[in-house]
Amino acid sequence: MMHNKKFSFYLCLSVFIAFVFFLYGPTITIILLSFQGPEGGLTFPMNGISTHWFTKLFEGGGYVDIGAAFRRSLLLGTIVMVLTVVLSVAAGMAFRKRFLGSDTLFYLTISSLIVPSIILSLGIALEFRLLDETIKIIGATFNIEWILNDFQTSLAMFSSGLGAQLTWTLPFGLLIMFAVFNRFDKSLEEAARDLGASPWQTFTNIVLPIIGPSILGIALFGFTLSYDELARSSQVMGATNTLPLELKGLTTTVTTPVIYALGTLTTAVSFCAIFIFLSLFLVFRNKANKRLSKEVAPE
Amino acid sequence: MVRRLEIGALPCDKYLIMKLNWSFLLAFPFFSVFALFFIIPLTLTFIVSFWDYTEYSIIPDFIWSNYQYIFEGCFDFNVDACLTFRTYASTLFYCFFAWLLTLIIGFTVAFFLAFHVRSLPLQIALFLLCTIPFWTSNVIRMVSWIPLLGRNGLFNEFLLNLGVIQSPVEWFLYSPFAVLLAFVHLYTLFMIVPIFNSMIRIDNSIIEAAYDSGSSGLQILTNIIVPLCKPGILIGSIFVITVVMGDFITIGIMGGQQIASIGKIIQVEMSYLQLPAAAANAVILLTATLLMIFAMTRIIDIRKEL
Repeated sequence: MMHNKKFSFYLCLSVFIAFVFFLYGPTITIILLSFQGPEGGLTFPMNGISTHWFTKLFEGGGYVDIGAAFRRSLLLGTIVMVLTVVLSVAAGMAFRKRFLGSDTLFYLTISSLIVPSIILSLGIALEFRLLDETIKIIGATFNIEWILNDFQTSLAMFSSGLGAQLTWTLPFGLLIMFAVFNRFDKSLEEAARDLGASPWQTFTNIVLPIIGPSILGIALFGFTLSYDELARSSQVMGATNTLPLELKGLTTTVTTPVIYALGTLTTAVSFCAIFIFLSLFLVFRNKANKRLSKEVAPE
Repeated sequence: MVRRLEIGALPCDKYLIMKLNWSFLLAFPFFSVFALFFIIPLTLTFIVSFWDYTEYSIIPDFIWSNYQYIFEGCFDFNVDACLTFRTYASTLFYCFFAWLLTLIIGFTVAFFLAFHVRSLPLQIALFLLCTIPFWTSNVIRMVSWIPLLGRNGLFNEFLLNLGVIQSPVEWFLYSPFAVLLAFVHLYTLFMIVPIFNSMIRIDNSIIEAAYDSGSSGLQILTNIIVPLCKPGILIGSIFVITVVMGDFITIGIMGGQQIASIGKIIQVEMSYLQLPAAAANAVILLTATLLMIFAMTRIIDIRKEL
């Protein structure tokens, strides 16, 4: 029996280690190769070490305007993050009780996670295309000048693009809220209410500090999933492109380590976001734990 | 609900009004996002799949020709004539192997984390280690296989030096192999998380009791752990299968734009503005995906297991 258990341990351990190498190996490879010398190519060996390809990337060098796409992605990611946090927390609070249509909303949210992204992207593109035609008809019937002269399409990053990404980030937000409230001690809230706190006071002084760390988790999901989202946004960004969409185009056209430099850069941004949110998470949780143990159980 | 309030026979009616007001209002913004960007788009897709189209416009109509076109030649008992069935067969092939590989690897990794890592901080740290790549760019994670799998990549060089092969292997990159590799690379996490979640809920005393009554490790695995992990396995499987069914990006990049998939057909039809045709394909893809999920939930009743 002991022998069996040891065997299982070493087997699982080796699979785990191999899996971690498999997960991170390729990323580490391109980070190394992005510092390739000016003469170097897409594969090993390294031909010297330089930041040549990063300089090339920032110069633009005939490629699309990466800087602009990068800023757009950051802005969109931030907006998606804020909306995901606010809407998920509100909905999470609502789901603590049953309400009209709560089951339906739950199933809707889950379905959104598993509907193939291309279908939703197509649907949203269709919706906005029909909206465009309606606006144009209205413009023609009532002779509205700006519609007749200037209106092109309502399909844009902050209309259809934003909506498409929210259908992907919100389900994660809500599931995190479910996990939080499953383990939430309601007696703290009741105590606050008994002491005369208003619902809003109870929320800001009791509930929010306790669920704070998990909100950071939702923010992490909101930002990173939007920042890297591709499938759902692919058909609905209108005239502008986000960074992942530009990247996808570059995979077929760019044959220099510039693409690795770009990969290193976006991965660095993702890692920064992950690092910031995770450390904030730890700080907040420790604080909350300390406060709870001090205030609730002074011994 | 409203009618029940009017009848006013139930003792919880006052409570119902509260439910309508607060919780409903709180959830309303969340709901409206899904109404605007989920329900309406899917409904429109269904409606437009019956519309007619020309090169530059779509025309409201009720015709079946978009569907007829998809299944053209499919019922002639000639396999080669039907592009749709061939594409679905190829997609199902990727689904099956991606599912099998992610399940085996995901289960083993989750098993290691849940049963072999004893300290909680270490467990959280290792779990995060598996999760972090999920928050980075999928495209970059695919691109990063080029220096390893390419014609002059590390693997080819290594094998050439060993003398195992005489000339570089071409099918490492831009091939079905590369596509499958990328699926496993990207989506094993979808298996790890729900299976791990099932595993840490298993009461340790059950396993100890089985040990005490003389079960072998293998018996415990097959008679206790696997059955209790069924909900996790099911959720992971649904994730992996739906994501592979609709995929066009991984198959495009890792297949060197040479391999067909339903998602790709939809994308190409959209780029030619053949929106009703794309919508018809989307309706069929969605039906096929839902049927697969339905079949899986028949095998494992998720509500009973949870």
